[in-house]
Order: sequence, then C-alpha cells, then structure tokens
Amino acid sequence: MNVAVLGGGHTPERDVSLRSAHRVRAALGELGHDAWLVDPAEVPLTESLQERPPDLVWLSLHGKEGEDGTVQRLLDLLDLPYTGTAGFDCECAFDKVLAKDVLARAGVPTPAWVPIEGTALRDLGAGAALGTAIERIGLPCVVKPSRSGSALGVGFVEREADVARAVMAALSFSGAAIIERKVIGTEVAVGMVGAPLEPLPLVEIAPKSGVYDYAARYTAGATDHFAPARVSDEIAAKVRAAASRATAALGLRDLTRVDMIVDAEGVPWVLEVNVSPGMTETSLVPMAALSAGIGLAALCDNVIRAATSRPR
Amino acid sequence: MAEFSIDRFVDLYADRTSGMSASEVRALFAVASRPDVVSLAGGMPFVQALPRDEIARLVADALDTPGATALQYGGGQGQRSLRERLVALMEAEGIDADPEEVAVTTGAQQALDLLGKIFVDPSDLVAVEAPAYVGALTAFGAYQPRYLTIDLDDEGMIVEQLEHALLRGDRPKFVYTVPNFGNPAGVTMSHDRRRRLVELCREASIPIVEDNPYGLLRFEGAHLPTLRSLDPENVIYVGTVSKTFAPGVRVGWVLAEPSVIQRLVLAKEAADLCGSNLNMLLTERWFADEHRWRTNLAALVATYRSRRDAMLDAIDEHLPDGAMWTNPSGGFYVWVTLPAWVDTKALLAAAVERRVAYVPGTAFYPDGRGANQMRLAFCYPPEDRIREGIARLGALLHDEERLYRSIEPR
Repeated sequence: MNVAVLGGGHTPERDVSLRSAHRVRAALGELGHDAWLVDPAEVPLTESLQERPPDLVWLSLHGKEGEDGTVQRLLDLLDLPYTGTAGFDCECAFDKVLAKDVLARAGVPTPAWVPIEGTALRDLGAGAALGTAIERIGLPCVVKPSRSGSALGVGFVEREADVARAVMAALSFSGAAIIERKVIGTEVAVGMVGAPLEPLPLVEIAPKSGVYDYAARYTAGATDHFAPARVSDEIAAKVRAAASRATAALGLRDLTRVDMIVDAEGVPWVLEVNVSPGMTETSLVPMAALSAGIGLAALCDNVIRAATSRPR
Repeated sequence: MAEFSIDRFVDLYADRTSGMSASEVRALFAVASRPDVVSLAGGMPFVQALPRDEIARLVADALDTPGATALQYGGGQGQRSLRERLVALMEAEGIDADPEEVAVTTGAQQALDLLGKIFVDPSDLVAVEAPAYVGALTAFGAYQPRYLTIDLDDEGMIVEQLEHALLRGDRPKFVYTVPNFGNPAGVTMSHDRRRRLVELCREASIPIVEDNPYGLLRFEGAHLPTLRSLDPENVIYVGTVSKTFAPGVRVGWVLAEPSVIQRLVLAKEAADLCGSNLNMLLTERWFADEHRWRTNLAALVATYRSRRDAMLDAIDEHLPDGAMWTNPSGGFYVWVTLPAWVDTKALLAAAVERRVAYVPGTAFYPDGRGANQMRLAFCYPPEDRIREGIARLGALLHDEERLYRSIEPR
C-alpha cells in the first residue's frame, strides 16, 4: 500500500512530530508498504498529495492544524482516507472547552472546570466573574489553554493572586482557557488502538519534579514511567472502562491516548484525549504496546487495518 | 510490571547537566521559522553583504597552501599568520597585543567555555551583568558556579554594586562583561565606569573577562577605550570575527597573559585538538586586505544603523505607555522592559501566532528575573520587515493590556 506519512509542520511540537513520523515510516516499510514523509512546513501539502496520491494518509502531525480537524477536512475534500479520528470529532477532542462538555454529558468523570473565553474577558467584562469561577473550582487549580498540546501554556495555581497571570499565559496559546480542579493522584495514560478501539496496558507517569510539564515530557530521564501501571487489577479495569467511554463519547478512531489521574478513592478522572499521540522511541503509546509484547510495526499494522476497514 | 526508562543512562549523567532541559521557548521558535513570521529573535549577522565570489576565491586560495595545510590538523594555539591579523584587528580598537598572547578558539563561545574550564570550580562565584549574554551563562554554567549579578543601567554595569559585594566579602573568580553594545541590553559602559571597574578589579586582584564582539559596530559617537587597553595585565580579552566577517567560520580568540594562554591552549587541545585550518586560512586572507574588510565593515555599520533607526522609530510609535527601551549606539539589540504584569515568555506563543518573534527576558538572568523584558534584534530583517514586526508586537501588547485590565485583581 502507498502511504503518505504527514509529520512536522510549523508548530511547537514540530520536532516530536517529525520523530514520530520517521519511526512510523520505517515501521510501515518493514510491513512492506511504500511509505514516504510529507512535511507541510517543507512542501505545499495539497499539491504534494495531488502529485503523488497515496492509498492512505498516516497523520503524525501534532498541535493545531494536525489535531483540530483542519487537515482531516482537507483530506476529506481530496477524497483521501487517513488514519485516526474524523474532522468534526477531532475539533471537539482537541478543544478542551468542547471535549470536557462531551465527556461530562456522557457521564465520564472529568475534573470540575470553568471555561474562560478571551473575548468574554475583553468585551463582556467577564473578569468580574473570575472570583466566582475560583470559588466554584477551588484552589489549587490548573489553568490550561483550550487548544494546545504538550502542556504548553499550562499553569498550576496555588494562590488566588496568581490566577490572573495563569489565565493570561493560557490565553496566549489559545483564544479560550479552562480553569480546572487539580486532582491529586496517580497519572496514567491509556493507549487505545484498532477498530473497535482496544486499550493497551496502562502506563504510569511519575515526573521527578512532581509536575508533568513541557520539560518533564521532553527531557529524557525527567519522568519515570511504569508499564503496566502500579495499580490494582480492579483500578486498572475502572481506568480502561473510563477510557473506553471517553473515546466512544468523543467518536475517536484507530489510535488515540487518554490521559487520566486516579485519585485516592480510585476514581479515574479523564483530563484529556489525544487524537495524534506521539510515536517516538520515548512516547507513551509505543511504550504501552511494548509492555504487552507488541512492537511498533505490529502496532502500526493494527492502525492501518482499522483505518482501511472503514467503508469509503 | 516493568519500569520503563526513556533514558537508561539517566542515573549516570554528571550533575553539571542537571540544568539542561527541554524548553518551551525553543519549541515556539519552530513556529517562528515560518517565512511569514518577522523574527526579531535571532542575532544573526547580515552575511548576505559578503562578496560571495571573492570568498570562493579565498577558499580556493586557502586550499592551495603547500602541504595541504588547510585540510590537516594544526597547532592548538591557532595559525601564527592569523594571530598576526587578529592583533592588527585589535589595534583598530586601540589594543596593543603580541601574537604570542593570542589563542584562536572555535568562536568566542569556545573561549568562554575554556575560561570557565580553567577558572571555575563548582560553587565558585562568577560576577556577571544582569542581564547577561545567555551563551556566557550556559558556558560558565557547565562548571557549576554561583553567580554574582551586577545590574546594568544606561551607563553599563553599575560598578558600585560590585564594589559593595567585594566589601561584604564576595570573591568572584572573575568579572564577565560585554562593555560595548552588550547582548541583550544594547548598552555601553561609560568611560568613567570603565576606569572604576578596572581600578576596582585590579586592587582586588580579580581578573576581568572583556567580551567584545560588537565593538567595531559603532553607529555614532567616539570609540571608548577597551578595558584591555586600560589594564593589559588584569583583563582577559575575548574577540570574534563573527560580526566583522562571518559567524560560519567559527573564529574567535583570547588575548591574555602568556600563563593564561598556556593553560587555555592545553584545555583547547583537550577539547578539540585545534581549530579548523581551512577556516583560519580563509579568515586570515579576508583580513589580509585592510581596504576590503574595512569597506565591508563600513557597509555593515550603515546597514545596521539604518535598521536600528527603523526599530527605534517603530518602537516609539507602536509600543504602549509604560514600556521602556534602551537606545543602542551600535551592535544588534534593543532591550525592552514592559509593565510588571507582562509575562514575555507566555506571550511569545501569541506573538508567533501574530507572526512576530522575540527572545523572552528570563533567559538572560541566572536568578529568574526578566519576566517582563524582551530582547529585540534589528540585525537581520530589512527595515520594512522590522517596522511591520514592531507594529504587530505593539498591537499585541495593546490587546494584552485590555485583557489585563479586564481581569487584574481588584
């Protein structure tokens, strides 16, 4: 099969995306596919895909454009099948303001939150309600940009006086932000692969600094990982069930990752989902697969089968 | 259950690497490389001004040296013929030097690393300006010093602060300064301060490391004496051809007492045996023709002066009330201080979204200050792009102010 692997792009996660794309391309080669890399920052994407139309597009782009439905809708227009979630569902999943609503309506536990729109602050005086928001959520809290990856722009707030600064920082990355209750517990990530999506073993994330921020994610050795996670079978089952409900509610497909925190009572809180999880040698989904004895090529094969099993 | 180690050597690395971690700012620069982004971030010299054909001829000429010197190893101190040229270059700044007291390094950056290596033990004190050249902080940082920060004002390093620190017993191994159009602040140390700094350090027997990459890029006013010319015995001088010729050749140098040079050359040989002969020969030939390098330099100064003017005019027009900035009379940089509530590191994401980039201020302080400051480089983009970039930045800061007013704690 001819597969164009999309990676790179002009986003803060460019390097990670390229590393994922190179590995996926090599794995697809091992599987006997003719796979090539297309970097939208280097070549005009549409032209490139029209000149050499692939049978399938593998999406390894991260961040806006790659995960918010933009590239998916373009591929729909070009009538090219692709791996992963469809445009509309990507848009919901990538936007925390929308995704958290979808999760809550589906009864998936997600930490209490309040959305903050930049335009509401600038034009509607919403700043006057910020105190109410903090009262509702409580301290400490986490302020996150609505649409951003890799924990970029995320701030942890202990004191009310620091809320304004954290909100402004988050709004630098995105037009809207959420203020979310901070859940204390064990951080776990659940890779979900195939059609239907099946959970991989849980990966436990233990950042040495205590905070899983950008540096903890991308500095080798800054975070300890355990796969499978050090949780009881009962908790693991609850986590997997919550992950399955989250991905079903959001309409995710083929390959995804659900990030959660399990609190002291054993409640698995869903923080966010990723429609284009990292596939580098240090990424969580390949790590989870490996702990179940599944190598990268087999993992990719599973994704390709899922993506090509859909009626066109 | 298995513990997955992303880096199986993680417990083996030296303590000196502990400060080296992935950075959000670096990630955002991936976005800033879009062609439609006006980058006021990088301090890239305008090398397009160099005569390409002539350089090609000089390279061919260098390759023709007998014994294929250009492709061979060389001595650790660097070619004597080049050191003689560098001495002539320093003469242009009033420094009287002997080629034997010069060691060629791989850019001035290696000179900083080697000085750190031969002077700094863990927890030693090193005095630096605040803000300081970030490359010096990272070069010295590998040797795990503590930093004594000396603030800057419009006349450069506030020498009284250093004096007070010495009086209360601080003993820095050396004082590091960029006295001319410093990176990032763009300020120049006044004549008075130069004299006081040199006297103070001489009395205290604390050497000064004078890093002077921009000295010849003066746009107006008289050249001030280098610290080295004020005290040849106590000042270790660091030079580079990156701004007067090309950063790509990676030629810098140290001028110091023979005893310092001896240790430095041994450290250099341990690090990389020797510099690139080809690059040294090319550099030597470039500076062999005084008319040529002076003509090229004069053209560069005219270009940078015009870009500086464009930037300062645009800043004056577009930046909001409450912003303050420096007025460099040379070099590459303007340093901007914004109201205390601005977080320039977080704001960079919104800036690149609006297609303009800068360097957030915190990188230039070893002590976490600079959150409301930014460095703007005028060396690379042409005037109309600079004006456009500053206009975008101004619009962003005005919107940011509205946002802040809407949520400031009441």
